[in-house]
Amino acid sequence: MLSGADILVRSLQEENVDHVFGYPGGAVLHIYDALFKQNKIHHFLVRHEQAATHMADGYARATGRAGCVLVTSGPGATNAITGIATAYMDSIPMVVISGQVQSHLIGTDSFQETDMIGISRPIVKHSFMIKSATEIALAVKKAFYIATSGRPGPVVIDIPKDITNPADLVPYEYPKDLKLRSYTPATKGHPRQIKKAVSMMMTAERPMIYAGGGVIQGNGCEQLDELTRILGFPITNTLMGLGAYPATDKQFLGMLGMHGTLEANNAMHHCDVLIAIGARFDDRITNTVSKFCPQAKIIHVDVDPASISKTVMADIPIVGPVDWVLREMIEMVKQVIGKRTEEKAKALAAWWEQIDSWRSQNCLEVKVDSSGSVIKPQQVIQALYKLTHGDAVVTSDVGQHQMFAALYYPFDKPRKWINSGGLGTMGFGLPSAMGVQIAFPEEQVVCVTGEGSIQMNIQELSTCAQYGLPIKIINLNNRALGMVKQWQDMQYEGRHSHSYMESLPNFVALVEAYGHVGIQVTSPDELDLAMKKALALKDKLVFLDVLVDPEEHVYPMHVAPDGSMRDMWLSKGVRT
Amino acid sequence: MRRIISLLLENESGALSRVIGLFAQRGYNIETLAVAPTDDETLSRLTLTTVATDEQSEQITKQLNKLVEVIKLVDLTDGEYVERELMLIKLRVNGLEQAEIKRTTDIFRGQIVDISPNSYTVQLVGTSEKLDAFIHAVAAFSVIEVVRSGVSGLSRGEKALSL
Repeated sequence: MLSGADILVRSLQEENVDHVFGYPGGAVLHIYDALFKQNKIHHFLVRHEQAATHMADGYARATGRAGCVLVTSGPGATNAITGIATAYMDSIPMVVISGQVQSHLIGTDSFQETDMIGISRPIVKHSFMIKSATEIALAVKKAFYIATSGRPGPVVIDIPKDITNPADLVPYEYPKDLKLRSYTPATKGHPRQIKKAVSMMMTAERPMIYAGGGVIQGNGCEQLDELTRILGFPITNTLMGLGAYPATDKQFLGMLGMHGTLEANNAMHHCDVLIAIGARFDDRITNTVSKFCPQAKIIHVDVDPASISKTVMADIPIVGPVDWVLREMIEMVKQVIGKRTEEKAKALAAWWEQIDSWRSQNCLEVKVDSSGSVIKPQQVIQALYKLTHGDAVVTSDVGQHQMFAALYYPFDKPRKWINSGGLGTMGFGLPSAMGVQIAFPEEQVVCVTGEGSIQMNIQELSTCAQYGLPIKIINLNNRALGMVKQWQDMQYEGRHSHSYMESLPNFVALVEAYGHVGIQVTSPDELDLAMKKALALKDKLVFLDVLVDPEEHVYPMHVAPDGSMRDMWLSKGVRT
Repeated sequence: MRRIISLLLENESGALSRVIGLFAQRGYNIETLAVAPTDDETLSRLTLTTVATDEQSEQITKQLNKLVEVIKLVDLTDGEYVERELMLIKLRVNGLEQAEIKRTTDIFRGQIVDISPNSYTVQLVGTSEKLDAFIHAVAAFSVIEVVRSGVSGLSRGEKALSL
């Protein structure tokens, strides 16, 4: 016999949860007391619940395991919403436990009451409202199963305070097996569809592989690598998929989409067979849907049937787990690749020649300031890449700095690039880096941010101090909301409506107030040295405040509206 | 095109709100909705009608299927089906109109289920189209109020939506 609070904690232990990110409050005090009395689960106290969800999110993205969050009712729950939505949009496994007011007070507008199940409904994969302590163990079991299987996502468990009362004991047994009649995610793909896809690949003259975050989430990167190499096809990754295929490999054309490379976007536009794997044809990829890949037959592999033919119709849909489907594909391709006709092989060689000519335009070339006084933001990322040997885990916030990091730090391995792709959540970078650092204390964890984003969760510098998290924060400080300003430059005749960051803090003094190290860099010749110094301080959080060119834009950039994938701005005033 | 989607879902609190929320969230419209437990008390059967293109309706069924509490669903309009809706309609009557309303009700095979000195309440079962036709037929009289149950339906023949 155990109390509801003890059942919850035991159940989390059964699910091998060793880290919980949260913030206490009235409705979860019984649970916090149960946590206090055990030592298997380590709890990390944040300064704002949004950060707890992003920490769990970063932890989940880096490890592949579900992140776990514990918040109180009312404001605790609502503060978690942005983080839950972030995880939902990027299909990140997460279990969020929220306290609720006592059962008899529900619906009476009582203190710190909010309808968490209702508020979170559109942004969760599923949710559970607990009505009795005897339901807790099964709900936890289901929650972790649902969060981590199929297309992963966040699951909320809302528990009224009375149900965790230490005085009320109920029988406890953790369920061993679980069968849900209404939830049966695909465990394999359809062999006939895979065979059809392979036949189509063999007929391709201008093939293109477009792989997204689903390949990383579905642990299919090794298979993607093997398949791509056997086929000899060009490949691009989405923002969410960076690292799924080694970025320094010659078959890799860089990221695609709104800020994709010239070669990736052009190859997409001109391809005749498109192999989409774990990607969802987001509007930041396709540009104008009606002009998307006009000549391509489309093969689409995804574990979520609703992602297939949602925005772009697939000619060969394949529903199934990416690793399973790709393994089958590899076997089938191996059998037929030798029989590819000479004509097709020649066409592929010509396709590569075409791609190389696009590549030779070097669309990511950085125009360094000739006077040597202005730091280009791209240079900062290049220096970071060089000095971390491309081996750091890089998290980012949202804006120009995010795109610079994605474009100028080539990731060769999965789960090294952590950013909010779907929801685009400013404030994600620092707490997600904290989650990664907790999961991997020995890893070099770097948060690339901007002076706008960092201030959305800057209070977490305090949490970093409490737990000694030696994150390196690279602040690309352009004294403006860079991406907003870029759009205003391009589409609003330079009217910078509320895109300035006036009254910026003295970041160095601020981080020092939290007990960390702050370094400001103002000229290009100081950059390498300052970054080396920051990275060398292994046990300290270092905040590198780099004053970068406020006029810089991110290029390439899709021409919108009405543009196709190949319509891009390549620099200010220069388009394809 | 008009679609009749019928689904089995877990008879749990909150399940219905997920279905309705999905429609609101993704910009699909619900024309009618009917839901009640089945012979198996752990299951609810929900029938809804919507107007959607083929692509939209494919997305609607896929998104509904993704809801954890939805066990099975069928788009009845993909095959042969029977649909029924129940309507109660209260009409203001004076002496002269009574016979006319009675006759119209008989023609539509409806029943008058309540009368008062100044009103008749007519019950009518049929396709939504038939109910619309009745409302049209009594348009000359004064309609006090109308309540419709929303469409329910089943596939024709042996095909069934069951576990």
